[in-house]
Amino acid sequence: MANYSVGIFSHSSVSVPVKDKKLLEVKLGELPSWILMRDFSPSGIFGAFQRGYYRYYNKYINVKKGSISGITMVLACYVLFSYSFSYKHLKHERLRKYH
Amino acid sequence: MNENLFASFIAPTILGLPAAVLIILLPPLLIPTSKYLINNRLIATQQWLIQLTSKQMMTMHNAKGRTWSLMLMSLIIFIATTNLLGLLPHSFTPTTQLSMNLAMAIPLWAGAVTSGFRSKTKNALAHLLPQGTPTPLIPMLVIIETISLLIQPMALAVRLTANITAGHLLMHLIGSATLAMSTTNLPSALIIFTVLILLTMLEIAVALIQAYVFTLLVSLYLHENT
Repeated sequence: MANYSVGIFSHSSVSVPVKDKKLLEVKLGELPSWILMRDFSPSGIFGAFQRGYYRYYNKYINVKKGSISGITMVLACYVLFSYSFSYKHLKHERLRKYH
Repeated sequence: MNENLFASFIAPTILGLPAAVLIILLPPLLIPTSKYLINNRLIATQQWLIQLTSKQMMTMHNAKGRTWSLMLMSLIIFIATTNLLGLLPHSFTPTTQLSMNLAMAIPLWAGAVTSGFRSKTKNALAHLLPQGTPTPLIPMLVIIETISLLIQPMALAVRLTANITAGHLLMHLIGSATLAMSTTNLPSALIIFTVLILLTMLEIAVALIQAYVFTLLVSLYLHENT
């Protein structure tokens, strides 16, 4: 059921296998089978990251009048990600009576 | 207090796997490449900066030294972006780890010195003795010059590590001092906060300067040896 189509990414030679439906068109009961149909091989995961990267890039940065918010959003996500990483050490530094 | 102070310098791990590798891979995502002549604003800004820096840095080399221009430009961009990203709150700076700076400094220095010894052996050995030294001093001076040559990679690595680590540590301390004083003595907390702002501006400068110094010294070692 997998058919290949050319997606609009950074260059037109990147092709992506299009599974049955997109996520927003999947009914809730079909969700587990849809998840199991996705490609979880290393190249599949890499393809997912590549698609996500180019989706963000083409929407916010690769435009005629890109603003600073394109990269500021990335940095804000990076800050939140680092915070979640160091939460384990930071929770001892809260101003509480009992830790 | 002691454990908390250095907790931000621990290399982050996910279940024992080094997540520091992922964090080192972040700067390349922020510097896109393009195959077009006219690009979006981000790429245009970065290309302008890179052209400015490369012209500044590579004019003093001859043709053989300019083959290193890609290496030196990527070096300064990597160190500058990594240092600047480390100024964001809660982030991890890979250049605070001595292991990484040694891994950058030793191969570059060794490459420059080895190519110098291979191509211009007499010149490279002649660097070990400054001009016009009195004859009795020659043996001692050769030993001293050899030691100063061999210590160059260590100095490169330790300089970068110590500067960035010291800056981050100072910001931690002054920030926690501000927080502690804010409950008891508010005016002095405001003064300390001003110090923190000045220190942050200094840190931004230091981040860039350290990248520049590292790359400049490597290119200097290259210049002597090509």
